[in-house]
Amino acid sequence: MSTTLRINGKSHQVDLPEDVPLLWVLRDEIGLTGTKFGCGVAACGACTVHIDGAAARSCQVALSDVWGEVTTIEGLGTPDAMAAIQQAWVEHQVAQCGYCQSGQIMQAASLLAENPAPSDAEIDEAMQGNLCRCGTYPRIRAAIHAAAQKMQEA
Amino acid sequence: MASFKKIARRSFLIGSAAIVGGVAFGAYYVSRPAPNPLKPGDGEVAFNPFVMISDRKITLIAPRAEMGQGVHTTWAALIAEELDVTLEQVEVLHGPAAKAYYNSALMSEALPSTGYDKSRFMHSLGELLGQAGKLLDLQVTGGSTSMKDGFERMRLAGASARETLKEAAAQRLGVSRGQLSTKDGTVVAPDGAEIAYTELAADAARLEPVDAPLRPRSEWRLLGKSQPRVDMADKATGTAQFGIDVRLPGMKFAALKANPHLGGAMKGFDAAAALQMPGIERVADLGDAVAAVGRNTWLAIQALEAIEFDWGAAPIPASQEDISAAIRAAFEAKPNSTLRDDGDAETLPDGAQEVTADYEVPYLAHATMEPLNATALFDGSRLQIWCGSQGPMLVRDHCAKALGIAPEQVEVNTTLMGGGFGRRGETDFAVYAARLAGQMPGTPVQLTWSREEDMTHDFYRPASVARFRGAVKDGKALLLDGQIAGQSPTAQAMKRWIGLPPSGPDAALTDGAFNQPYAIPNYRIRGYAADLQIPVGFWRSVGASINGFFMECFVDELAHAAGADPLAFRLELARQEWAPAAKVLEAVREMSGWTGTTPEGVGRGVAMTYSFGTPVAQVIEVAEEDGLIRLRKAWIAADLGVGLDPRNLEAQMFGGMAYGLSAAMFGEITFADGAAEQVNFPDYDAIRMHTMPQVEVRILEEQPHIGGAGEPGTPPAAPALANALFDLTGKRARRLPLARDFDLLA
Repeated sequence: MSTTLRINGKSHQVDLPEDVPLLWVLRDEIGLTGTKFGCGVAACGACTVHIDGAAARSCQVALSDVWGEVTTIEGLGTPDAMAAIQQAWVEHQVAQCGYCQSGQIMQAASLLAENPAPSDAEIDEAMQGNLCRCGTYPRIRAAIHAAAQKMQEA
Repeated sequence: MASFKKIARRSFLIGSAAIVGGVAFGAYYVSRPAPNPLKPGDGEVAFNPFVMISDRKITLIAPRAEMGQGVHTTWAALIAEELDVTLEQVEVLHGPAAKAYYNSALMSEALPSTGYDKSRFMHSLGELLGQAGKLLDLQVTGGSTSMKDGFERMRLAGASARETLKEAAAQRLGVSRGQLSTKDGTVVAPDGAEIAYTELAADAARLEPVDAPLRPRSEWRLLGKSQPRVDMADKATGTAQFGIDVRLPGMKFAALKANPHLGGAMKGFDAAAALQMPGIERVADLGDAVAAVGRNTWLAIQALEAIEFDWGAAPIPASQEDISAAIRAAFEAKPNSTLRDDGDAETLPDGAQEVTADYEVPYLAHATMEPLNATALFDGSRLQIWCGSQGPMLVRDHCAKALGIAPEQVEVNTTLMGGGFGRRGETDFAVYAARLAGQMPGTPVQLTWSREEDMTHDFYRPASVARFRGAVKDGKALLLDGQIAGQSPTAQAMKRWIGLPPSGPDAALTDGAFNQPYAIPNYRIRGYAADLQIPVGFWRSVGASINGFFMECFVDELAHAAGADPLAFRLELARQEWAPAAKVLEAVREMSGWTGTTPEGVGRGVAMTYSFGTPVAQVIEVAEEDGLIRLRKAWIAADLGVGLDPRNLEAQMFGGMAYGLSAAMFGEITFADGAAEQVNFPDYDAIRMHTMPQVEVRILEEQPHIGGAGEPGTPPAAPALANALFDLTGKRARRLPLARDFDLLA
């Protein structure tokens, strides 16, 4: 079945069974590998993307159910033109293995879009679905606060 | 000061002599150092296996697995420090699998010495030296050894390349080398003119390498200071390429299913239905597993679900109770090791109060964030493989064997790793990919394990049980006698890695207990190897994660029985034995404002474990909030000897603690009919944003040796938390995971 997706501002036509999750369409069909596979059951958040600006677990969204424009980590910013949240990640040297960080950043970006100055409790609430086996949480928290401040000053 | 050449010779002598048991061959071998594996292209010069300069760029080789610990950055900084380049102007690559990239520090890790006092416990030296000798030939990232290994060798490699470049400039300018200096990738002439290294590379290639002494610490520009990680921007933008992100033209995607009853045979399977599924092109028999191949990974995973398998039974006791009984049965046989036996541990000292306690910890999965995977392309005679690996030479050899080709016919491309923790020191995931590629010559294929496949086919951190007996008198510890039983991870791993039959004592069985820097006059630790076929292996800090829990919980119980403050009690034992261990305890005492008392509803615990050359103390504070127990705050002090990159070391310390806390709070793998009962994160959770404590880290530099960083943060986490829970509730935590017995916030 042919489906058209809007991803990072571009249209992509894919011919696939409609139950294939968005995660695998992004990674294996379109080649956007920044979005990661971690668990396949929405328990780790590594596959987090934005659909119409809100965080969604792409491993749980069937191709036929994609309800809006998709933004992946590649669409958020690039090494040469990073989004403020990505810059904060670099400034705070957040990543260790880095595998979960695309999902962490997409989740954090979604939080900041809704709540420009989140409290620690609000960060806990928004980020607890995103697992990091390296334990980078203290720096994720610091980077979110820093990005919030920077975005408010901007 | 040893020279770069001498160090290489010395290491090869020990390694090769140990392998063949004779110095003669060693001496012969010495004259032929391992060939430089770098194959410079046109206009490129490889000064040594670690520095390559072309007319355009400078490349540093960091041949250690980057699995999050920051090794590429600090390894490159070691070379850059002496080479006089900035990290911004170089490219850092992992490089090929090669003998030249052997790990020279693994040997001392394999010795059954306490580490802080290297003269002790050398009685099994000969036997272990043989094993270490074989390991020495291997390019392995593990045992928290990278900085111990590279600290001197990499600076010498950088210094030698720098002086050789200066010599080339000296000859060009007609001045002496001593009149020249170097700065940011250039040689500076007496008149201030600068010649870029890239311009001198071709001339320098024609010269004999020049040795140079190392600069004193006071002249360091990069080391000892926090460096921005070379992989950070890529990891913040989704452009870092992990194994699972490898994409080759025409590549197919595959998924794997092996017998969940571990060690059982695959007796047969019916793939008829799977082959009818959309996007599925092939179902391959890999001997003891099956791979489905198709146009994307998810379709392949679905196809595996449609296959009917006839699985053989596992050679493992059917229930968890039977497994525990088999571990306990090891106590009936003679010990595998008695690596510490100070004083008289048999006799209860006069007038002393006896304390006993039994402890138990479960099997654990590694659960790296990136599920296991490898990508392979076989052209009919040569295999190319891409994967994250802590042992690329093992990947090369094992894949070659699987396809019946020579190791030289295998090219290993080591990618970034979404976590390793010891799991990526194994090769099973690469060998399966090689076997699959062998069945489809000319077509590249990526073989990915589902999370369920990954969690149920691990080489688990062994479960273990302990029986501790001790005695206190007048507020002091007089006796500590520990017996620890579990499967030997080293015996299994050595068999898998290099075919060594299991033999001799396994220091990993009691690491974290026998080698603790405590002056207890009667101190004995015995290890017992359990005879079980459950696949086990190395897991971030291995034995120290098990025995650190046993030991530091029991020391806490001794302190309590002695009526002493648990931190002061440890301090007194450590001060008499090894000052750096006392210093880390003093540091967390000061950082946490430890008073020995806590308000109602708050508990604090302390633990200190010496592992991988580094003493680490942690204080953890818990509080009761709305009927649940939350980890509020943690303080960590670690003595690295030389703190090469403070900000990265801080990350390793709180990250190591988080890994230990995840296991302590939630981690448990149990088996039914030989199959793991926990299959994905909902059954095997980890610490998360809302359950992670605030944390403060201090890096000390008191000890004379450089310590490991990747693992030592893990062992004290579980006992510090268990002791805090006792302080809060009055109930001793003697088994893990703690969520079974305490109402922890989850």
